[in-house]
Amino acid sequence: MAHTTRKPATRKPVPTVRAKRSPRRRPTRRVLVLVATRKGAWLLHGDAARKTWRVDGPHFLGHIVNHLVLDPRDGRTLLAAAKTGHLGPTIFRSTDLGRTWKEATRPPAFAKAADGPDTKKSGRAVDHTFWLTPCHANEPNAWYAGTSPQGLFRSNDGGVTWEPFSIINDDPQYRAWMGTVQDGTPDGPKMHSIIVDPRDPAHLYFAMSGGGVHETLDRGRTWTPLVKGMEVVEGFDAVNIAFHDPHCVRLCPSNPDRLYQQNHCGIYRLDRPSSEWTRIGKNMPKQVGDIGFPMVLHPRDADTAWVFPMDGTTVWPRTSPEGKPCVYVTHNGGKRWQRLDTGLPKSQAWWTVKRQAMTADVQDPVGLYFGTTSGELWMSRDEGQRWTCIARNLPEIYAVEAVEAG
Amino acid sequence: MKVLIPSSLRSYTKEREVEASGATLLELLADLDRHYPGLKFRVVNEQDRMRGHMRFFVNSEQVFDLTHALRPTDEVYLLQALSGG
Repeated sequence: MAHTTRKPATRKPVPTVRAKRSPRRRPTRRVLVLVATRKGAWLLHGDAARKTWRVDGPHFLGHIVNHLVLDPRDGRTLLAAAKTGHLGPTIFRSTDLGRTWKEATRPPAFAKAADGPDTKKSGRAVDHTFWLTPCHANEPNAWYAGTSPQGLFRSNDGGVTWEPFSIINDDPQYRAWMGTVQDGTPDGPKMHSIIVDPRDPAHLYFAMSGGGVHETLDRGRTWTPLVKGMEVVEGFDAVNIAFHDPHCVRLCPSNPDRLYQQNHCGIYRLDRPSSEWTRIGKNMPKQVGDIGFPMVLHPRDADTAWVFPMDGTTVWPRTSPEGKPCVYVTHNGGKRWQRLDTGLPKSQAWWTVKRQAMTADVQDPVGLYFGTTSGELWMSRDEGQRWTCIARNLPEIYAVEAVEAG
Repeated sequence: MKVLIPSSLRSYTKEREVEASGATLLELLADLDRHYPGLKFRVVNEQDRMRGHMRFFVNSEQVFDLTHALRPTDEVYLLQALSGG
């Protein structure tokens, strides 16, 4: 507890651009879609029109790959967070867009507990690395990783070696907020949504399922919970940070003072310097609700965001509502939402989309991509107006990233 | 001593059977890791606890204690347990 702070964020306010889109950029590079699944990873290379896709894979067949991420600072380094059903977790690294891979020599791992029968038992062990985030553009070769159970790690050598980062892995208050394995998601509690402010490498956010959203202004020396306005499951006390379950938090590329969040209990928006989230999901149709996992933002328009609703009623089926998959978009920061399901199955489609499995490219019009729990990869070339399945019969898809490479 | 390597770890050793030494199973793993970097962390975690589905047999007896003493003539099987599904 001694290392945490509850001081409100005091970043200098910067001019915001909310309603206007940033200047359109000409697409000059082709899109590469990185697909991480329960049984390996695949790379889909698109043509200039994003109509045909060359499939490269499987990579790491049989490995559970939770995240596959390209380093935007060099356009060719890939990191894959992997484990198998039997073997422990590791990080694989490629510096040639997946042609060859090398394993990290020191993957993310918690500090070893002191010797002794009790301390040994209490020492935590990384079950899997769940989330990878390249650090700031001015910090080449530096990466952050979030693990299950919740832990924050950093590499300064391009993912070859990793060290625990910041105070939170061992801080008693943060350990309490992280809860136990039983408090987390079905396959383990997770650290995710590690976000670096593009204006300031010392300004970071992360989220934990469970354990809330947190912010640092001093490169992880101190952290502040950022949960005001977020709701929790009925019957629990929202004052307790441990009960908050953000599913996915994203920072607007065109306005770093705006964040969106898909939470276990709704969809939210936060405009800094305020520290109070607004539940914009209340404006979704009642029969669909505002539960889900992914949150996708427009690369140039801070008022436009997409979500993929999920059935979070009764026993939490975690399927598309009524078996009818759909994307919803807002063009005004969440005041109104519009259904986008042209091309998607009209009935009896009981899959859903996990928190890392939906994304956008930066082309114009924006391409959207999502991978399903049933192993289908869908995309839209027109910002969600029409959807096409571009790959099927893959394993359960855990993560999808759309990048420009080459 | 002779150590049998499961198929899931042969990307490290390239061999079904390798030679390694150590006075305990933990020391044996450390020796294996020196020759095949990365192997140990796939088998035991950072608290020196066995991964959930990995098993050691020493002279055909299952051993759970990683401080178990070894003799140079012991035969060690490192196996991945049946985990169903």
